Amino acid sequence: MKIIVLLKRVPDTETKILINQEGTGIKEDGIKYVINPYDEYAIEEGLKLKEKLGGDSKVTVVCMGVEEATENIRTALAMGVDDAVHIVDPALEKAGPFSAAAVLAKVIGEEGFDIIFCGKQAVDDDMAQVQSILGEFLDIPQVNIVSVFELAEDGKKALLSRRIEGGDERMETSLPVIISCDKGLNEPRYASLPGIMKAKKKEIRRKNLADLGFDEVPGKGRSRILKWLPLSKGGECRMIVAEEKADAVRELVQLLREESKVI
Amino acid sequence: MGETLAELTGRFKIDYGLSEEQKVLRYSIRDFAENEIGPRAEELDEKEEFSLDLVKKMAEMGLFGIVIPEKYGGSEMDYLSYCIAVEEIARIDGSHAATVAAGNSLGIGPIYYYGNEKQREEWMPRLCRGEILASFGLTEADAGSDAGASKTSARLEDGQWIIDGSKIFITNSSSSISGICTVQAVTGQRSDGRKEISCILVPNGTPGFEAKKMTGKMMWRASDTGELYFDNCRVPEENLLGKRGEGFKQMLQTLDNGRLAIAAMGLGGAQGAFELALRYAKEREQFGRPIARFQAISFKLADMATQIEAARNLLYKACKLKDSGLPFTKEAAMSKLYCSEVMGRVVDQAVQVFGGYGLMKEYKVERFYRDYKLLTIGEGTSEVQRIVISRLIGCYES
Repeated sequence: MKIIVLLKRVPDTETKILINQEGTGIKEDGIKYVINPYDEYAIEEGLKLKEKLGGDSKVTVVCMGVEEATENIRTALAMGVDDAVHIVDPALEKAGPFSAAAVLAKVIGEEGFDIIFCGKQAVDDDMAQVQSILGEFLDIPQVNIVSVFELAEDGKKALLSRRIEGGDERMETSLPVIISCDKGLNEPRYASLPGIMKAKKKEIRRKNLADLGFDEVPGKGRSRILKWLPLSKGGECRMIVAEEKADAVRELVQLLREESKVI
Repeated sequence: MGETLAELTGRFKIDYGLSEEQKVLRYSIRDFAENEIGPRAEELDEKEEFSLDLVKKMAEMGLFGIVIPEKYGGSEMDYLSYCIAVEEIARIDGSHAATVAAGNSLGIGPIYYYGNEKQREEWMPRLCRGEILASFGLTEADAGSDAGASKTSARLEDGQWIIDGSKIFITNSSSSISGICTVQAVTGQRSDGRKEISCILVPNGTPGFEAKKMTGKMMWRASDTGELYFDNCRVPEENLLGKRGEGFKQMLQTLDNGRLAIAAMGLGGAQGAFELALRYAKEREQFGRPIARFQAISFKLADMATQIEAARNLLYKACKLKDSGLPFTKEAAMSKLYCSEVMGRVVDQAVQVFGGYGLMKEYKVERFYRDYKLLTIGEGTSEVQRIVISRLIGCYES
């Protein structure tokens, strides 16, 4: 079985994001970049499925990202993924979900696939759109936010659970399928030392837009981010202190009327 | 609120021309240490408990046999990678860094470097899988810095070594998975009248060999330390490690390698304590502002950061010398001396930054303060390091 896992490099979730002066991006100084945490569940699920099936099953990571993303791809390889495709092209740096999905569809189509795992969303822009658009491009079913995954006995269907408000939703789907993974699906493994050494010898196939037969970014201009703005700061909190409650209320009403002018 | 730990460490970006593998290793061990060891470190320290469960997890990560070739079950990494791994564990907890450092440098090291093929094949795979731990029986009650004063003896009789004597402060020697000890013993007298010292492999459980857990330690409380007794203990002649009479040389080389890992513990411990202090200083407010904005505190933190940076550069250089096959004895001694003493200065000031809270067990910095003290004593005291360095810079040459 050919298992594809999508990987995105994102700032560590503990990072305090600051918007740059021009509003075109974030301040990148000193940010630690990691594998999107939801993608780690996708990697683990891919590896578990491969281990269960044995034989000639293979897990391939596909990552669209900057040069430095090789570090994150290498981590996935160290976790046990067999090989990887790294799509790296400066033109793709500001690509929106449609463009990303179009490029990924091309790569995945060339690689071949039986099942595709990805995170339910990337924690940087939280768009959560790529997997659904990709499903359209590949014309296969796509199920979001999956917390239980099981391959049916015959290997042709998958049984899934989605955690929804107040319960679980059970589903069955044909293969191939795109599964977006939620927390709780599994416990992602760490990259072990022997795994890191093995990863050194694994192949990362680099591709740019031209290699994939694109003259320009597909779907260019379909969506465009105008500007990024920092969150507006909340107002100041003023405590009203008075010995008698009635006095405090009187002062509050007075402030609301005369200073804030809301009543 | 203050910055998170990730932001703080991100700002002190670590590169040093590390390979991609070394970067992946650092972050993987960091995740592992923060998530698996961190949450249990305080309790294990309090109960003075050696966790077999965590040893198993560390073994699954490949943390035993880091520099050992793959064919014996090791990870076949270089010494710099080994030290990065120890540094990252020590950043979270000294006890577990000690188990790994002693397990590799003192336990696995001598058996791999001096053992014959049969001995390697017999012991390496289980040691690298972490099923058993090996220890290095050197120090005795009356032979500490003066290691040559060892009294434990081994005499050859009918194809067997008969060992008598005792050892003290031996890491990884007395747990239920301690499997073998490399014992330094006096096996005779050399032609120049000095003692002939040899290393002999003695499996735990051999009749006449008793390993007793030492308790009541101030530091490394979640690591295993034993006192060993040999009373008419017999092992086959073939358990000799390397050649007869080479024990002292083997010990000196083993300690050279070991010093790098101890230095890594000092570096990692200093980094951990510094990060705790910096975060606290940015959160704790007195006189209406975070104490990090008072020069009295900010200068302490600046000094810590500077010393840690210098320590890391020195240790990584020593590792690179070793990995390049160049002499590194002097730099190893300097690294061990400097990194452990830097950790001493950093934990002292870190507790000071925490004020009263720093004295409470609830705040992790207290554990770092205690754990540091071993580092200027174990595997050659700071004074012994100064002897080594002063000799190597030519002080005693005419």
